[in-house]
Amino acid sequence: MAKLNINGRDHEVDAPADMPLLWVLRDLLGLTGTKFGCGAALCGACTVHVNGRPTRSCVRPIGSLQGMAIITVEAIGETPIGQRVQRAWLETDVVQCGYCQSGQIMSACALLAQKRAPSDAEIDSAMSGNICRCGTYGRIRAAIKAASS
Amino acid sequence: MLEFSLHASAAAADSPGFEPNAFIRIDRGGSVTLVMHRVEMGQGTYTAMPQLLAEELEVPLDQVRLEHAPADAKRYGNPLVGGIQMTGGSTAIRSSWQPLREAGAAARTMLVQAAARQWKVDERELVARDARVWQRSKDRSFGYGELVDLAAALPVPEKVQLKDPAEHRLIGKPIRRLDAPGKVNGGAIFGIDVKRLDMKIATVAASPVFGGTLAGVDEAAAMKLPGVRQIVKLENAVAVVADHMWAAKKGLAAAAPRWNDGPNASLDMRAIVAQLERESAKPGAVARSEGGAQERLAGAKRIEAIYQAPFLAHATLEPPNCTVEVRPGQVDVWVGTQVPDFAQAVAARAASVPTAGVRIHNHLIGGGFGRRLEVDFIEQAVLIGRQVRGPVKVIWSREEDIQHDMYRPYYYDRIAAALDASGMPIAWTHRVAGSSIIARMLPPLFRNGLDRDAVEGAIDAPYALPAVHVEYVRVEPPGVPTAFWRGVGPTHNGFVVEGFIDELAAAAGRDPLEYRRALIKEPRARTVLDLAAQRAGWGKRLPRGEGRGIALMHAFGSYVAQVAHVAVGADGEVRVRHVACAVDCGTPVNPSSIAAQMEGGIVFGLTAALWGQVTIAGGRVQQGNFGFHDYRLMRMNEAPRIEVDIVPSSAPPGGVGEPGTSVAIPALVNAVHAATGRRLRTLPIGDQLRKR
Repeated sequence: MAKLNINGRDHEVDAPADMPLLWVLRDLLGLTGTKFGCGAALCGACTVHVNGRPTRSCVRPIGSLQGMAIITVEAIGETPIGQRVQRAWLETDVVQCGYCQSGQIMSACALLAQKRAPSDAEIDSAMSGNICRCGTYGRIRAAIKAASS
Repeated sequence: MLEFSLHASAAAADSPGFEPNAFIRIDRGGSVTLVMHRVEMGQGTYTAMPQLLAEELEVPLDQVRLEHAPADAKRYGNPLVGGIQMTGGSTAIRSSWQPLREAGAAARTMLVQAAARQWKVDERELVARDARVWQRSKDRSFGYGELVDLAAALPVPEKVQLKDPAEHRLIGKPIRRLDAPGKVNGGAIFGIDVKRLDMKIATVAASPVFGGTLAGVDEAAAMKLPGVRQIVKLENAVAVVADHMWAAKKGLAAAAPRWNDGPNASLDMRAIVAQLERESAKPGAVARSEGGAQERLAGAKRIEAIYQAPFLAHATLEPPNCTVEVRPGQVDVWVGTQVPDFAQAVAARAASVPTAGVRIHNHLIGGGFGRRLEVDFIEQAVLIGRQVRGPVKVIWSREEDIQHDMYRPYYYDRIAAALDASGMPIAWTHRVAGSSIIARMLPPLFRNGLDRDAVEGAIDAPYALPAVHVEYVRVEPPGVPTAFWRGVGPTHNGFVVEGFIDELAAAAGRDPLEYRRALIKEPRARTVLDLAAQRAGWGKRLPRGEGRGIALMHAFGSYVAQVAHVAVGADGEVRVRHVACAVDCGTPVNPSSIAAQMEGGIVFGLTAALWGQVTIAGGRVQQGNFGFHDYRLMRMNEAPRIEVDIVPSSAPPGGVGEPGTSVAIPALVNAVHAATGRRLRTLPIGDQLRKR
């Protein structure tokens, strides 16, 4: 049994310590907002926050998460930054297929928690780990700027 | 608040309500459900189609509920693709523009008639607005819900009066996407997110060599792992069924499948290209021939070129997945598909049940690009599901996806032209060689050896060419499955035709923009060309190592021109700085979505042109994931600034999902030529410009 704190709640899960957080979220807890894209930390679709840091859940074993605070896209809207980012995403009409956007939003929120008004270079550096196959990059950049002002 | 129903078959069985056609259902409570017959995979159909319906039905968009259509080609077939229930070919709005507005108008007309009967007044005194029918003179109204029983008893009008476009409140407005709220908070349900009671998770490995078969697996090693429930063997694949994906993945690794490689074990790119080179030297099926082009060319000084476009993977971010529950005589399939009727047919065949026994529950798709026009992964899931008790969700790993995609064909094109004294073409010949997707997928449309898709964009360039001859040679590389890919025929032919036009301009010593202007026969083409050039600052000086390239197409019923601005570093690395895009897609239904499709289509095309290729060695695909030296995808720091101009128009709508991709590739290749003097005729650009 592993104990995980997810979105402010403690969960006991019957899962091996080497199991990546992604599959615990999706297959054991039913939190399907966090997406599977590559399984190798190459695309960012599975990004969550661990103690506030953007983390690729597809390669992060749950055994390394004891006592840490995990936040997923399902709860990010409860934070002021998450709310601002989600609103900016809607107002900028960012999404297309939407599959990567959970991860994009989690990366963007982590960036804005560090930098109130990130530069283009800072946005590039924080967001280049998140692939959007639909090519919404221009609108993501615009939405991050809208959320930062 | 917008909501999606979970199941396509959730049609309320209790009260029939008012269901005047296949697209609209209104219940007694006034709740309006719109049935979406083209699926949403990012292109914005679940906003634009509701705009068409709601415009005429007179309901606010924030009060409608959307539902995925079930498989039913009779009601939902796409007339632009032979009646198949298909989302593809940039046809959703083109095929829906008239019928969806008429469906909305018919329902509105009946509701107005119902109110007129109720009040015993002339229906011309009444007006529908905001989901109510009003008699303004008496300041009274009925909600639609109050009228459903009466309206349902009325005959459906055969002819309806559509609104004057000047009265449009939704069509033509940049309406924000209706599906966005669920996509920013994790609530949207894609196929991969399906949950069923007691559902198992499976992952698969198919023979890495095309055409190979399963030789054996270490079942005992897999079965002893915690969470692993079952090993399912298919002829060419093995699936490990487990409590969760992690157990399934570990189980598959432990199962260590062994394969019989079969006849393609030594297939490689050299053999594939040699076959194309050989076959393309022979005459093919004639797609267009006028003006005696071949004869004119024979005696003239000619310019000739060979263009090659690689196999491409779709690399949708949501990997292939399909959830099935197979019971006696009954199959349920939860999947995101562009072809529900094909999915139903293949599931029925795989499960040996009648078609009517298969229910397709369609879902939002995490990127389609043509991959979800294929049903290979659905057939496989049903074959697995037949051997499993209860529901099972089959999920492919990313490596399985890249190595068992169905690929955009490798095309090998021979193109030639003769120029007059002023450098303008007097004859043009083009022979396309490559796999025929149509012959496999839609055999009745493959006639006399001609694949119309393979030559689309080659036979219909928007230029006045006095003598043209275009041929197609079908060449099937052994074992390599091929499929449609964003932009289909025009994406491959745009690269060839627009690259070659640039070559002719260079041979004539003329500016590529000016040369195209001199050749253009259609005003709409000239408008977008000029607009893109103007937006890009065509002709303004650039630093050394930078260049602008222009390209133009008329495809999918739309005119698109782009100017790409690139900088090529001393190391040969290409950076795309800016793309100006002008589009005339007829009546713009949703300008925000149109711009989004151009932006995204451009990134998709640039990605492929810069790095995209699937290569084969030892009969197997050499790529496997999204790494920098693998199947590389464009990232935020590599994406150019993109500006889109939409030409106002009242012509019927054209498609917008694909042409952005088709035009971006030649614009980039032409920009590289402008920057470096190097004419690239083989994609991807890759490291071709690196110093050796």
